Amino acid sequence: MESIWNKYRWAFVIAGIALVGLFLSAYVVNEEEQVVVVQAGKPVRTVNTPGGQSGAGLKFRVPLFESLRRVDKRVLDLEMRDEEVLSNDQQRLLVNAYARFRIVDPVTMVERANNTDGVRRALEPILNSALRQELGRRTFQAMLTAERGTALANVRENLDREARQYGAEVIDVQIKRTDLPEGAPLQSAFRRMETDREREARTIRAQGTRDARIIRAEADAEAARIYADAFGADESFYDFYRAMQSYEQSFARGEGRGDSSIILSPDNEYLRQFRGRR
Amino acid sequence: MTTGVAGQGLAMAGKKNPWGGSGGGDSGDAGRGDADQGPDSGDADPPSGDKGGPRGEGPRNPWLPGGGEDGKRRSASIEDIFRNRGPEGPRRRGGGPGGPNFRMPQRPGGKSWAPVIAVVVIGAFLLLSSIHLVEPREQGVVKRLGSYSRTLDPGLHFTLPFPIETVDVEDVQGVRAVNIPASNQRAKLILTGDQNLVDLSYTVRWNIKDLADFKFELADPIETVNEVAEAAMRASVAEKTLDETFTGQGRAEIQQRVRLRMQEFLDAYGAGIDVLGVEIAKADPPGEVVDAFRDVSVAEQNADAARNEARGYAQQTLSRAEGEAEAFTKVYEQYRLAPEVTRQRLYYETMERVLAQTDKTVVEADNVTPYLPLPELQRRSRQQAPAGQ
Repeated sequence: MESIWNKYRWAFVIAGIALVGLFLSAYVVNEEEQVVVVQAGKPVRTVNTPGGQSGAGLKFRVPLFESLRRVDKRVLDLEMRDEEVLSNDQQRLLVNAYARFRIVDPVTMVERANNTDGVRRALEPILNSALRQELGRRTFQAMLTAERGTALANVRENLDREARQYGAEVIDVQIKRTDLPEGAPLQSAFRRMETDREREARTIRAQGTRDARIIRAEADAEAARIYADAFGADESFYDFYRAMQSYEQSFARGEGRGDSSIILSPDNEYLRQFRGRR
Repeated sequence: MTTGVAGQGLAMAGKKNPWGGSGGGDSGDAGRGDADQGPDSGDADPPSGDKGGPRGEGPRNPWLPGGGEDGKRRSASIEDIFRNRGPEGPRRRGGGPGGPNFRMPQRPGGKSWAPVIAVVVIGAFLLLSSIHLVEPREQGVVKRLGSYSRTLDPGLHFTLPFPIETVDVEDVQGVRAVNIPASNQRAKLILTGDQNLVDLSYTVRWNIKDLADFKFELADPIETVNEVAEAAMRASVAEKTLDETFTGQGRAEIQQRVRLRMQEFLDAYGAGIDVLGVEIAKADPPGEVVDAFRDVSVAEQNADAARNEARGYAQQTLSRAEGEAEAFTKVYEQYRLAPEVTRQRLYYETMERVLAQTDKTVVEADNVTPYLPLPELQRRSRQQAPAGQ
């Protein structure tokens, strides 16, 4: 052991220094990140940038002189605060949007925003104001529906223009939520929904009553037709026949009918035989 | 993932054992060994206790029963450990320094075991970290020194050992379901196109289409899926009216649109995610107005009830009309055969029935009874009525 050390002392020392040097100069760039190599505060080259030449993997640098800034290469999100937007018909809407962006120019990004959080901080107010401006030009209805697409494309363009100054590219802006603000607007919406339903309920009930009335009337009419058809065969007999039925109904004792007393005159037709007349 | 964890475990074991080994072999380092380790190595070499140096040679293993006097170690069974735990236990009694009391067996040539164990452990770890079994529903991404190298399909694969190549295996076929709103979240009301609010909950099912994209393109793919789902759902509901969201047809359309929208967004981000389906679990009016909605269905029932009643009346009326008409027709047919007789007969029969049930007073003409005792007649009839019952 001792002899080996004595014999190859310098070789060991050199190998050790080389090893340390290797550890200091080699670095690994992951697939999901990009690296800016900074030399004395000045970015000199980038690794694994979108569209750049050198990709991820094992890389080397000059130890001590070059430092690394690692930047996310993936699609990042920019979350917006809930923002109250006033439509041009003076209705309020609580809007919450997000943007997806990617650092495409890490050198600019490092110089101007330091890190991705810096980019977020810079872009958030821009997203808020761009969205507010764009949606504020539209009616409440349009904010909700049809024109959403074009509005968001405009917002994306505006935001992208600003983001380029920070080395970022905005891929997409989407409205995540559009809500009515708590309090009066929400309550009035509920009230409107309620009255709307009340109206509907009322209409339905009225329709029911109308239909019922019509059904009854049709039945009555049909019954009248049937009666007329049958009774029209002989009107005088009907008169007699119906009179007989009517007497029975009116005078006969039965449930729920008053008692009847009949005072007959001897001249009555019924008593004709009774009197023995001929 | 799995290999990574196994690797770590092995690495730790590798770190532990050489210390124990060298400690046992050389000096008072053994005192720093772990509790588990001491007894194990001690059991492997019972006579080593003899070699335990005299007191004061170095820090002794505090977890072992003190072998100060005779140097003989007792077996460190569980019972012993617990028995010795009391205040009179050896922890108190034998707190003083003692010699290292276990050793590895001697290697031929009197050298340390440490290098051998280290090489074996590292070798095993390297071997394990280069064998990868990818299950049928899984895929793995291989990164060589951080750079994406290839995707492993199901099967047995070999890679260069850690840390040159790392493998990340992920379930790609398995369907992941996201419930929105999550069960612990408050329902968020969604605005419909006619500016009404609907309380909607839905499930998004997705899986991984391209594992490399999934791993490297999005900072937070799962959160992205949630956000995209919400954006797509709100945009799609805003195109529909409230009533449409309640009908099956409208719901199916919304589900379809949300799925397409989400796929479009995610593809634009290069997320490597397939949206398999979106299912609306519940579409209800908000709690605040649910009574009014219920009243509508009550109204529908009321209307139906009114119609049914009317139909009942109609049938009754018509049947009665038909019955009466038929009865008249039948009688009339007979009447036509013998008009006068039938007429007389009907007259007398009817009168019989009528007069049989009524009080009758026959008033003789003119001078006989000028006074009609109507109240009395009524009283009499009233007295009769209870008697008749």
